[in-house]
Amino acid sequence: MTVSDVNVTTPTDQAAQDKKTFKSLLASSEVDTRLGGMVVALLVIWVAFNILSGGNFLTSRNLWNLSVQSASIAIMATGMVLIIVSRNIDLSVGSLLGFLGYVMAVVQTKWIPESLGLGFDQWYTWIVALAVGLLLGAIIGAVQGFVVAYGGVPAFIVTLGGFLVWRGLIFRMGEQGATLSPLDKTFKLIGGGPEGSLGEWRSWVLGLLGCAGVCFSIYRSRARRQRYDLGVRPLGMDIGFAVFGCLVIIAGIALVAIGYESPISGDPTGVAYPVVILIVVTLLMTYVAKRRRFGRYVFAFGGNPEAADLGGINTRKTVMYTFVLMGVLCALSAAVQTARLDAAVTNLGVQNELDVISAAVIGGTSFAGGIGTIPGAVLGAVIMQSLRSGMVLLKIDSPSQDIVVGVVLVTAVAIDSFIRMGKRRSMLAALSVGLVISAIIIQTGRQ
Amino acid sequence: MTDTTTQPSTEVDYSGVPLVEMRDIRVAFGGIHAVDGVSVDLYPGEVVALVGGNGAGKSTLIHTLAGAHPCDSGDIIVNGTPVTIRNPRDARGLGIEVIFQKLALADNIDAAGNVFLGREMRNRFGALDDSAMASATRDVMKRLNPRFKNLKTPVKSLSGGQRQSVAIARAVHFNAKILIMDEPTAALGPAETAQVRDLVTQLKAEGIGIFLISHDIHDVFDLSDRISVMLQGKLVGTVKKNEVTKDEVLAMIIMGKQPGEATSREIAELHG
Ligand SMILES: Nc1ncnc2c1ncn2[C@@H]1O[C@H](COP(=O)(O)OP(=O)(O)O)[C@@H](O)[C@H]1O
Ligand SMILES: [Mg+2]
Repeated sequence: MTVSDVNVTTPTDQAAQDKKTFKSLLASSEVDTRLGGMVVALLVIWVAFNILSGGNFLTSRNLWNLSVQSASIAIMATGMVLIIVSRNIDLSVGSLLGFLGYVMAVVQTKWIPESLGLGFDQWYTWIVALAVGLLLGAIIGAVQGFVVAYGGVPAFIVTLGGFLVWRGLIFRMGEQGATLSPLDKTFKLIGGGPEGSLGEWRSWVLGLLGCAGVCFSIYRSRARRQRYDLGVRPLGMDIGFAVFGCLVIIAGIALVAIGYESPISGDPTGVAYPVVILIVVTLLMTYVAKRRRFGRYVFAFGGNPEAADLGGINTRKTVMYTFVLMGVLCALSAAVQTARLDAAVTNLGVQNELDVISAAVIGGTSFAGGIGTIPGAVLGAVIMQSLRSGMVLLKIDSPSQDIVVGVVLVTAVAIDSFIRMGKRRSMLAALSVGLVISAIIIQTGRQ
Repeated sequence: MTDTTTQPSTEVDYSGVPLVEMRDIRVAFGGIHAVDGVSVDLYPGEVVALVGGNGAGKSTLIHTLAGAHPCDSGDIIVNGTPVTIRNPRDARGLGIEVIFQKLALADNIDAAGNVFLGREMRNRFGALDDSAMASATRDVMKRLNPRFKNLKTPVKSLSGGQRQSVAIARAVHFNAKILIMDEPTAALGPAETAQVRDLVTQLKAEGIGIFLISHDIHDVFDLSDRISVMLQGKLVGTVKKNEVTKDEVLAMIIMGKQPGEATSREIAELHG
């Protein structure tokens, strides 16, 4: 080092300094950087499709549809996170969804009205059908989980068996693959659509509740940390986060939910029920994963199964319950999908397992175990659905869509692991390769 | 280093009931008799060093006491009562805490989460009380490793010494009566090793019984009251530290000879 270097702050020093303060600011904000990165990726995808489609992507109508289409996969993806975090996999979710949807349809179109002779469209029909589905989902999940956790059969095998069994059972139940339709009038609302939505004022109530929730949770976490003298973020930063969170919620409701006017009545539609269900599921699952002992044990087991055992955790029970949860979530998604179709069909949920696993993985869940977040998986589902719906807008054929989604999946995981290893160059290389291939496929796949 | 600094250790009272007695413990892995009829005991306020070469069976022996692995036969008696220890929860219920040789930390979870793993603090809604756990962890750490700051990062990103502190905090926080330390200083630098040694002395003074497994003969002589030597799964013998020399213990470890049994020529060979 020469003398002149010592006292002069070169531009690169300055840049390094800025970078450092930015980094420490980021660290003190305790923002999940990979979640932030995903939000940025999603926004980039939205803007790109909006430009390519000549402004047809970022419309209330399209975003509203996108929210409904993402919901069913996203609901299941939140459960898949816990399964993969605990080093397992569930290949049966698509078949299970189909089976549960079919059973719920049978309950409301055959058992209650015909077998029991109670007639159609009773006030309780939807409740009974949904309860049967949820209960059956829990039982089937418990059986699969029991065989995995206590029987020691790899989850891959158990759920591969489930994949075949539940799909097969659909065909056995419905005489030669009959379609069951129409469904109960109230049950149908679960699927969304102009009637299956909150409408204007209820959407605003939901939004205000959301804002209150954001502010309260930020305040509470601050108060607790202050009480235990654990160090808090700068007050301005906390206020900034609260304001930002509320603005996003209000903008989402105003621009998407209210902005989309019902094609039938012309009234603002509001937030669709599947989205309401997704919001509730996301909050509950995040709470379970982060704040309940069960969630802590799932992550501990995924991080180090031996340590979890030595910590006195009942690891088998923990693993079994991840499958129970998955079964219940499959039932919820089954209700959403059948209600949306207003019918149960034999191929309901085909290939959903791939979408659900992809959503969880794009959302940062690692097969090495112990790593993954619920909001990440939801974002992953939205990213996948955005890609699909964007390509539909661009009139790209469905095989090309599959290629792009596949490329994005692999690229996302590659980028993630390169970032974890601290290999910036490889990360950028993966990103550009993925982008170039996707661009070529999209460009050449336009019809 | 000066030779054999005799600790001003308070005399251990051997007249009462031992904290732990392990009698005729046997564990086999396939055909290997990892622990073959070993009996050891431990009194309140006592440090018993468990020594022996690699693969002598020390870890396996204490795993049976920790509930990490069942013994094939033998009796474990805690405070005069025969007990069965089937899993780590049973052991903890008896006031037995363990620092395992392989640290047994969940890498993806933060220090507080690891300290309280399996015994989480919860609020009145049954939810995890992370702030309370972090605060309690910080308080234990003040005593163990005052420079420890990273309460909120996953322990994967911590140094070996800090990870060790987490494992120790986990054993110390819950008011153990019996503490098992399996090579607690193996991964540590000199400063951190000194901290662990201070801690052992301090806990001993509080009346806690400690099984200390160590390869460092100086540690063993500085800290322990008695020394149990294992060789190939069998107990060579248990001796009072004040009644033997280091050479005699080395002869026990390496040749399985009782004190006084080894000839001076053999002892000379030990020193190469
Ligand atoms: N889980 C296991 N499976 C098979 N063999 C084992 C296992 N644990 C220990 N052993 C064997 O038991 C013997 C004693 O090992 P260990 O108790 O770890 O010795 P130490 O702790 O004294 O070094 C060794 O021969 C080791 O290979
Ligand atoms: Mg060992």
